[in-house]
Amino acid sequence: MQTFVTDVLCIGAGLAGERVAIAAAEAGFDATCLSIVPARRSHSAAAQGGMQAALGNCSMGEGDSPDVHFVDTVKGSDWGCDQEVARLFCDNAPIAMRQMAHWGVPWNRVVPGKRHYYKGGERFEKEEKAEKAGLITARAFGGTAKWRTCYTSDGTGHTVLYTMDNRAAQLGVTVHDKVEVVSIIHDAGQCLGAVARCLRTGELRVYLAKATLVASGGFGRIYRESTNAVINDGGAHAAVLDTGVVPLGNMEAVQFHPTGIVPTYILVTEGCRGDGGTLLDVNGERFMHLYEPEKAELASRDVVSRWMMHHIREGKGVKSPYGEHLWLDIRHLGERHIRVKLREVDEICHNFLGIDPVESLIPVKPVQHYSMGGIRTNKDGKAYGLEGLFAAGEAACWDMHGFNRLGGNSLAETVVAGMLVGAKLVEYLRGREAVWNTAAVRDAVLRVEDRIERLRTGTDGGENVYAVRDAMQDALQDGVHIFRNADGLGRAVDSLREIHARAKRLGLRSNGVGANPELAMALKLPGMVRLALCVAHGALMRTESRGSHAREDHPERNDRDWLNRTLATWPGESDELPTLTYEPATRVMEMPPGDRGYGNGTIIPMDAGENNS
Amino acid sequence: MTRNLTFSIFRYNPMDRTSTPHMDTFVVPETSSMTLFIALTRIREEQDPSLQFDFCCRAGICGACGMLVNGRPNLACKTKTKELPDVVTLLPLPIFRLVGDLSVDTGTWFREMYSRVGSWIHTDREFDPLAEEERMDNALANEIYELERCIECGCCIAGCATARMRRDFLGAAGLNRVARFMLDPRDQRTEKDFFEIIGDDEGIFGCMGLLGCEDVCPKGLPLQDQLGFLRRRMGLAAIRSFLPGGK
Repeated sequence: MQTFVTDVLCIGAGLAGERVAIAAAEAGFDATCLSIVPARRSHSAAAQGGMQAALGNCSMGEGDSPDVHFVDTVKGSDWGCDQEVARLFCDNAPIAMRQMAHWGVPWNRVVPGKRHYYKGGERFEKEEKAEKAGLITARAFGGTAKWRTCYTSDGTGHTVLYTMDNRAAQLGVTVHDKVEVVSIIHDAGQCLGAVARCLRTGELRVYLAKATLVASGGFGRIYRESTNAVINDGGAHAAVLDTGVVPLGNMEAVQFHPTGIVPTYILVTEGCRGDGGTLLDVNGERFMHLYEPEKAELASRDVVSRWMMHHIREGKGVKSPYGEHLWLDIRHLGERHIRVKLREVDEICHNFLGIDPVESLIPVKPVQHYSMGGIRTNKDGKAYGLEGLFAAGEAACWDMHGFNRLGGNSLAETVVAGMLVGAKLVEYLRGREAVWNTAAVRDAVLRVEDRIERLRTGTDGGENVYAVRDAMQDALQDGVHIFRNADGLGRAVDSLREIHARAKRLGLRSNGVGANPELAMALKLPGMVRLALCVAHGALMRTESRGSHAREDHPERNDRDWLNRTLATWPGESDELPTLTYEPATRVMEMPPGDRGYGNGTIIPMDAGENNS
Repeated sequence: MTRNLTFSIFRYNPMDRTSTPHMDTFVVPETSSMTLFIALTRIREEQDPSLQFDFCCRAGICGACGMLVNGRPNLACKTKTKELPDVVTLLPLPIFRLVGDLSVDTGTWFREMYSRVGSWIHTDREFDPLAEEERMDNALANEIYELERCIECGCCIAGCATARMRRDFLGAAGLNRVARFMLDPRDQRTEKDFFEIIGDDEGIFGCMGLLGCEDVCPKGLPLQDQLGFLRRRMGLAAIRSFLPGGK
């Protein structure tokens, strides 16, 4: 057994994990990042759109400021966010973008002169000022008052991640790739590090650290259909939940995107509909205008997703070997428009579907996209419940997104939170000496070794790993999706409890030797089912609709009773359900709840009397 | 549409003493829009759960799934089965260390490459959080982005005859990385500094010009153009250093 000792252990080597590691390394501390894949393959690389920061350089961003960004973010969250955190984020985003420029990101820059742009199919003109030439420019994104999204063509995540990893290499940050965390080592309220499995050899390793950061991204793969990379399975979340003392925040807040292509669920951009693309059903007929006469296909993401699923439920879906879907039609936009303005969509259709969108319909359906919930931290990035444990990025519920995240805010969060949490983590390290209770470390390793042995020998049973995973994914897909109600959620919780019992009786079909992928899945699956139960049970208990959490039986946003955050813990190994508690959504209310200005739900106000519902 | 596809797949688990290198055959019914990502996942989940292969983004962005598909390096996620014959042979990428079956260790290779070429902006300027960002021409930013699009899948290395013969060859991915930093005005390294890194057989003079790298690059990067560009720049730098007053 190899043991590695470091000052800070970052679980995850995407943008958030590496940014924190860089902060530690700059302050002279040892930093080690663990990653399931080489750092540059982290899912951060897949983000194409960009990062929101109120630089206000481009003409359509004039007059932008962190204050305007703050208002957009809080509204976007449906007032579910921590407003102190949203404020910290918006104030620091411009600094973080400039720092990334200093480190080498080739941001697109302001080019002076007149240019055309399209909005709602109409052509407008704008003029970029000569005195702004060469500064970082921005593009438009949904839900924002100004053009604020900094970008590098269609590869923002890629360029920022490569630049970040370059900086990490320069500072001597250690990255152990093909290593997966199995459990968090903790003792007497203190986090000591992690037990991990090498995905090259299958051997277990111990990592001991003064501070441990979880920055492992989202957990979308607990759903059957997700835009997430296959590594985003929540393994690290499960390890944190299994400590029994660290809560996960707002796990029911799951974002769905209307146009994932079937069967691989790669996204095609909202720009298709923005430019005039339409959604068609099995009969080749449009339907969005029936439900949303004014906005039709251009209603907000959550609204379009809801009506698409409704329409499929009405029997208007297209049957396929991969389940029912609908069609996205962009043929009428014409070849020139598709090949030039929607180049990325054109390429995705050719590369992954083998179809030409100029002539063919694109099979699409709404799929899981982003996890607003995660490891609950305070505004410094410190996880609740364990000293020395931190979290950042999508893995964390730092909570600037509340119940609905705005496009461009998540990629920016990774870098901004990494910068701010990194500084707080360095403060923490400066005041710490390392003390490790070796008995606690040994116990943690023995528990994992015992689990592996039981899985290999089938001691606990012979449940098929992939069958149990499929059952979990189906339960969420069917009952905890875009539309939610007490019946469906109740059924999902019940079946997930049964699936959880099955997940404790897994047995391998292969020998489990070496970098065995079946063993990797078997080790994290019971924890994944517990995550699924946090999502489902939290959603069942939250009897209101807020952001992405849409309850058909409780359609109103209820600020009187639900202006709070769900905290889910799993204190006992034999527990069948998470323990839920609640805390106020925000301690500081800079902006009181109001209308979002889009969507058209009703609101039960904060100060409504008890009998006023 | 209802073809049965036969996959002949390289198998070897170096951590299993009973394992010996061999080929295994799996038959999978083809479905519409099927990719190798879908086919291999099905084989693992329905037929042999020990099968090792790497996918991550499965969208042609991260570069995890490079492998030899009927002998040619390619990304498995964007390889559609309908473009393949009834029998498909899958082998791991050569040159990189084998992890098992179709999985290879590209991470170690590329990490070593970064440290050899100093894959970061070399500057003595400090970042000032209160200052406006340094300006850059947008056309130049786009040029840098074009060279930064490499996803480190390893296909160019696997398709390179020189890399096959000498393990110390930087390869197209490494040389492309150097070209990216040479283009960037934020990097204060001189031509002489770059010549130190690539001015030998491990670098620009190792290439035999067989164009394998560019032929197989799944992102369509202009790898040979970059090599030519580096050779010209480095050649001129070398000549200048022999001239009186040259440095």
